[in-house]
Amino acid sequence: MERVLTIDQVKPGAELPELGYDVTATTVVLGALASRDWRPMHHDRDFAQIRNGTRDIFLNTPNQAAWFERYLTDWTGPYGRLGRMKFRMRDSVFPGDRMVFRGRVDAVHTDDAGCGWADVTVKLSVGDKLCTECTARIALPTAAGDNPWTRRGERWKPDAEVGTASARR
Amino acid sequence: MSEADTLTGEVPQEVRGWIGQKRYEQEGEFDVERGYIYTSCASVENGSPLFWDEKAANEITSGWIAPPSMISVWFRPHAFAPNRTGTAQPLQVHFDLKEKLDLPEAIMTDNTIVFRDPVRPGDRLRTWQVLRSVSEPKTTKLGTGRFWVIDVEYVNQKGESVGTESYTGFGYKRQT
Repeated sequence: MERVLTIDQVKPGAELPELGYDVTATTVVLGALASRDWRPMHHDRDFAQIRNGTRDIFLNTPNQAAWFERYLTDWTGPYGRLGRMKFRMRDSVFPGDRMVFRGRVDAVHTDDAGCGWADVTVKLSVGDKLCTECTARIALPTAAGDNPWTRRGERWKPDAEVGTASARR
Repeated sequence: MSEADTLTGEVPQEVRGWIGQKRYEQEGEFDVERGYIYTSCASVENGSPLFWDEKAANEITSGWIAPPSMISVWFRPHAFAPNRTGTAQPLQVHFDLKEKLDLPEAIMTDNTIVFRDPVRPGDRLRTWQVLRSVSEPKTTKLGTGRFWVIDVEYVNQKGESVGTESYTGFGYKRQT
């Protein structure tokens, strides 16, 4: 039986479990290859230093998206379904860095189709340096037996603005 | 184009004409497949049963799906293909902007993804790109250049939307 985190178990202000990870050159290169990103700044340190002006190769954009997805669904379990994710990269993540993900629930609401949503901010930091900030909207079951993955068409509104039609908790 | 045009002048008419236009519509070169799904999951140590446990995948998502964050993976051209001339680039509009605006370096600063119908192994996706905006010249710690926003739409073989990405890029010349 898979773990089911339901929307009523989530409150605004709740902290997600922290995830720390020691980044190596292999982390960066594997992430780039897994996302079919062959650009040299993600595997060639000379190129990254000389052309990009960075101190080393660095994590690429789609692999950061994969890290954020993994972090969020570690928390929700498999019934959590990502609806929307936005992230801003302020600084790069390099081999030798220990990156740390920390998340906080900003809001919990149910849309007019009856889908339960948690809005979460996730910060990827290295030491005191904030590297990437991600805001995500992830659907959670409203009760045991509900499954966000069955929603389609008008019952799945990941980009709808949260308005009066949503019941905010 | 001179440096003065790039860094202080107006955006060229050709580039302005791209704004709002659907460009580079293409079908993926191969079907969505589980090999890449495993590699992506391994790269971030994602152990979700949706990608590793067929029983869980059948019960929860009615079969295997791809991690939603992989949406752009299915369109990045490989480093080599027979009969290809020149370098194939992902997000071609981004590279067109670098060339036309004479900005040799570029980074991505923001990425927004909206996820719709799940992508499944065996799907063959289609995509296109739309330039939304190009900024006035800006100076950052990296150099002087321009920001631009590009939307990328993705649909499956049934024409159903599986997601939309929006990228903000910054093309620049390094400070000397």
